[in-house]
Amino acid sequence: MRTQTKISDFIIKIFIWLFTLIAVGALILIVGFVLIKGLPYISWNFIVSPDTGILPMIVTTLIIIPLTLIIAAPIGICSAIYLVEYARPGKIVNLIRFATESLAGIPSIIYGLFGYVFFCLTLGFNYSILSGSLTLSIMVLPTIIRTTEEAIKTVPNSYREGSLALGATKLTTIFKIILPSSISGILTAIILSIGRIVGETAAVIFTLGTVTDMPKNLMSSGRTLATHMYNLAREGTNENAAFATAAVLIIVVALINLSARSVAGQFQKKLHSKK
Amino acid sequence: MVSKKNINAKPLTLIIEKMFFICACISILSLLIITVYLFISGGPPIFKIGFFNFLFGMEWNPEASKFGILPMITSSLLATLGSVIIGVVVGLFVAIFLAEIGPKWLVKPFSFAIELLAGIPSVVFGFFGLIVIVPLIYNNLGQPISGGLSLLAVIIILSIMILPTIINISETSIRAVRKEYKEGSLALGASHIQTIFKVLIPAAKSGIFTGIVLGIGRAIGETMAVILVAGNSVQMPTGILSSVRTLTSNIALEMGYSADLHREALFATGVVLFTFIMILNILLNVFIRNRRAEL
Repeated sequence: MRTQTKISDFIIKIFIWLFTLIAVGALILIVGFVLIKGLPYISWNFIVSPDTGILPMIVTTLIIIPLTLIIAAPIGICSAIYLVEYARPGKIVNLIRFATESLAGIPSIIYGLFGYVFFCLTLGFNYSILSGSLTLSIMVLPTIIRTTEEAIKTVPNSYREGSLALGATKLTTIFKIILPSSISGILTAIILSIGRIVGETAAVIFTLGTVTDMPKNLMSSGRTLATHMYNLAREGTNENAAFATAAVLIIVVALINLSARSVAGQFQKKLHSKK
Repeated sequence: MVSKKNINAKPLTLIIEKMFFICACISILSLLIITVYLFISGGPPIFKIGFFNFLFGMEWNPEASKFGILPMITSSLLATLGSVIIGVVVGLFVAIFLAEIGPKWLVKPFSFAIELLAGIPSVVFGFFGLIVIVPLIYNNLGQPISGGLSLLAVIIILSIMILPTIINISETSIRAVRKEYKEGSLALGASHIQTIFKVLIPAAKSGIFTGIVLGIGRAIGETMAVILVAGNSVQMPTGILSSVRTLTSNIALEMGYSADLHREALFATGVVLFTFIMILNILLNVFIRNRRAEL
């Protein structure tokens, strides 16, 4: 009986190790393969060449990111403040939570369809940076709300009580005490959102379009790096450029992840030192 | 003095506090607008085509005005089922590794790797599948006519893509199980592995289910990666090596050049997809509530 347990435990342990190595191996394989195939093709020409250069896509991506965040971040942060500091458990809060969870679960192609009908057609923005940013800002809203909420929740209650006891109003407490204390959590939310914006394809392709020109204004159609990558992969004519673009995307995402980690790490440290 | 300040501050305070509330309601508003617009654009065509003809029609041929999406529903469900089975088995074991079995010096880099995996854009997965997995299938599984672009390729790619979701949430909920449970089980003479499978996993089950439902949502909703490896022919899948088209890829492939009833049919496809997702969301809501109650 005893040895039987030992043997079955051993077998299960082997499977646990095996599957873990497979999962981590898959990541190493994908990242390694793309970097090895892609990095050699990243050159000055790959970026600025007038026909095939990715500079317009980089610029478009760099415009879309702040524009989306300017819309989504204030709304998301205010929602989180409401949910943690003001809301009492009840129907409205349940509804807000259900809506946030649902928005997080809606596939990006549905956002693309909706953005196309609502922003491009109904509001008449056509394929443009504006339509793309508005669509993306709804998409990243749940990420910002949830992450900010977690951050605000971790601010110790003694901070609130101390501030209120000193005669500060609730609003002053929020802006002077609670938001500054949860700043790294808010930053994490923003960095995570940037990751989502950079990697998104389906929602962007139907609201921003696929034009390869340098964007002129908010109403210009354009391509982000990820949609460019999709088009290259789909056309299949320039595999090297596709690998190089994939490599750029992976590097950007890895940098975003690392910075999110270090910001979150600082947040943890600060929290512990204060306790 | 204090009371005077409060009175002065009141109108502005009230406005700002109302603003917090309004911002919080934007989520509800967004969800409402999305639902309404999607159903306005995609609801009527379902009845124009015929509810039965649309949902259970076997033929999709826009030129002949035939809009049946049963093959795509089937493909979407099969792809999701396959990837979730693989994703859950592998993901759960990895979560156990990270939470219980793995040595500390490995857990840290591994969980960073899983986090990175979650961040990789879906097009990159699709491209990797197209360049590496599709040829592998073609060369090793009897050179099918689909050229390796197949249900199998979709399942493999999707199961890698949903792994981080399942691992992350399962790991968190296994870690959240009270220490007393584990200690009690070990004190009764159960082995570590027995404790994990008989005590920790049952105790963490609603968290694990949450992870699975989120994984299903991600798998059924994934578009671009699927298009690149699926082959996209509209046909009932006959085996794991058939070329397939999912609901999501149907929309993305034909939106660009569709018009009139064809375009409406694509929105109707979106409505079907959205309905699946909302059912999952409601399920999820139940699991999350159970989970909160358990914690």
